[in-house]
Amino acid sequence: MKIAITASGASLDAPLDPRFGRAARFIVVDTATGGFTVHDNTQNLNAAQGAGIQAAETVSQLGAELVITGHCGPKAFRALQAAGIQVVTGATGKVYEAVERLQKGELQPSTSADVEGHWA
Amino acid sequence: MKLAIASGKGGTGKTTVALCLALSADGPVRLLDCDVEEPNCHLFLKPEIRHREPVMLPVPVVDAAKCDGCGKCRQLCQFNAIAVLKGKAVVFPELCHSCGGCVKVCPTHAIREVECEIGFVEQGTSNGVEFVTGSLNVGQPLAPAIIRAVKRHANGDGLTILDCPPGTACAMVASVRDADHVLLVTEPTPFGLHDLKLAVDTVRELKRSFSVVINRADIGDNRVLDYCRAENIPVRLQIPEGRRIAEAYSRGEPVLAAAPELQEKFRQLLAEVTG
Amino acid sequence: MKELVILSGKGGTGKTSVAASFAALARNAVFADADVDAADLHLVLHPEIQVRHKFRSGHEAVIRQADCLRCGACLAHCRFDAVRMDGKEDGEATFTIDPSACEGCGVCVELCPAEAIDFPERMCGEWFVSQTRFGPLVHARLRPAGENSGKLVTQVRTEARRIAERKARNLIVVDGPPGIGCPVIASVTGASAVLAVTEPTVSGEHDLARVFKLARRFGVPAFVCVNKWDINPAMTERIEQQAAAAGATVVGRIPYDRAVTDAQVNGQPVVEFSKGPAAQHIQQLWEHLWKSLV
Repeated sequence: MKIAITASGASLDAPLDPRFGRAARFIVVDTATGGFTVHDNTQNLNAAQGAGIQAAETVSQLGAELVITGHCGPKAFRALQAAGIQVVTGATGKVYEAVERLQKGELQPSTSADVEGHWA
Repeated sequence: MKLAIASGKGGTGKTTVALCLALSADGPVRLLDCDVEEPNCHLFLKPEIRHREPVMLPVPVVDAAKCDGCGKCRQLCQFNAIAVLKGKAVVFPELCHSCGGCVKVCPTHAIREVECEIGFVEQGTSNGVEFVTGSLNVGQPLAPAIIRAVKRHANGDGLTILDCPPGTACAMVASVRDADHVLLVTEPTPFGLHDLKLAVDTVRELKRSFSVVINRADIGDNRVLDYCRAENIPVRLQIPEGRRIAEAYSRGEPVLAAAPELQEKFRQLLAEVTG
Repeated sequence: MKELVILSGKGGTGKTSVAASFAALARNAVFADADVDAADLHLVLHPEIQVRHKFRSGHEAVIRQADCLRCGACLAHCRFDAVRMDGKEDGEATFTIDPSACEGCGVCVELCPAEAIDFPERMCGEWFVSQTRFGPLVHARLRPAGENSGKLVTQVRTEARRIAERKARNLIVVDGPPGIGCPVIASVTGASAVLAVTEPTVSGEHDLARVFKLARRFGVPAFVCVNKWDINPAMTERIEQQAAAAGATVVGRIPYDRAVTDAQVNGQPVVEFSKGPAAQHIQQLWEHLWKSLV
């Protein structure tokens, strides 16, 4: 399974970025192979509005089936749902720690947005 | 005649001036509260609302059966209101500015528009003043659309007074851009002067005729007067700071009742700017 | 690190005077003026600008007259009354875009048969990183009709936070925008606390309720202080009761005092300019608030 994690750096030991739409980067980890790719999110970072929706489109195009992040607003959540992508919110720490915790079953996908959407 | 009451800074007495002018007018007058994010005129005028109508804007709806996911609509949309997810365009109406572009560029005619309510306009009367106000539904970003809807109720050739939103951003511009005259309300303080200059820049850029009212005229210093003199901007009225006025305002009572001597001055002001 | 955002709902309640006094009272803070529509904090803090940045947001349509076919397609497609036609008939008229009405939607750009409409980024204002005698200040200036102050507010806050981290400052004081719209939301998300400065008037009361709603929705603890409270003591009591009922903490009152205006005229924070009643109460307010924050 491919997992997209919001990251403030470009490696697996980078801290997780708590924002979804305005995350600095997405790191996509393939749990089958253990390999990962890094994707810049600069374009959405500077968007005047709708960053979460476009970020959902980005991770969907990257083939992710699950997103791990800190917070996710209602519009981004709806977009991820429409793309059939599960969302885990409230994650902290480093990128690889989030993946490990997910694999141990310590992180559960949420059923709704956890913050009001807007500039954050 | 559309007379807009504006100010760079909030809290200078814009609403007070708008209300006093409306209540001092001799003939029929209509007061439009264009400050749709913080409408306050009704708190003082306490009008009886006779009519309420929704403000509708067309927003796109995608027919998934016809959409082939080409993404042309998404590319056009400047407001990020459309995403292509799992090969289909998905619309987020809360971000839509209702420009209609996606409908026009869709090669498979998969997008049509439906009317969506973004707020409402209310009409009423109080003390001989025809009153119109608008309010934006919570979470809606499109104040200018409501302002345009409120302004459609302007009084034709008769006198219409517009209480405008503070600042110099898009909502203020949407309110004053077609006014026949703009009265800028300020206070004689450094903050008042600084924000007055921004407002002057804006109305000059919009090529509006304008003049100034100084509220709480006996506080602060003379720099606003000096500035207006140097820039050849007429100062129409100076309203003194008075505890009577401040207290009446704080209770939501008409300022003219507390300071009846002001009525004649407002009448003169109206004659000057409408004459 | 704590971030305190000062809001008012209605404008002109003394928010900036309180923010300026906090600047003088805080020992180790960074300041941000997020009231980008009518930024006034600099008039009291007298910043020396060190870095200037242009702020661009969105786009605006501009017709290249040399390539325009005068067909009027742009006029027909524009839903924002932004296309002006001078002259009567198609083929002879001149078409121009009124930048104050252009929404930046790009529909005319896309549908112009001659591709004669450019779509440059819109220059909306500037933001600055400055030094004051109380500490660093990040502030901004929006151009007339400049849009999207939510984005600018976020930029100002982000920079203030970066400076605070780099210089190990323990507090950011943000002078927030009036209202409850996009810029206010942008100034509140993720902050440690909101201080609402209001006045005892029907408008103050009306707008304050909306500020509390907003703070609660974003999970930020709210504090309240009534300025010029003695103008209407009964209304002050009522506002304080409503604030408490809405989950906010009453942290103080400021009496009406002309020294507040005199300090502004003198370009100084009131706590520095005067030892009078307003200055004393702002000092107490600050001490209460600081205790609650840490």
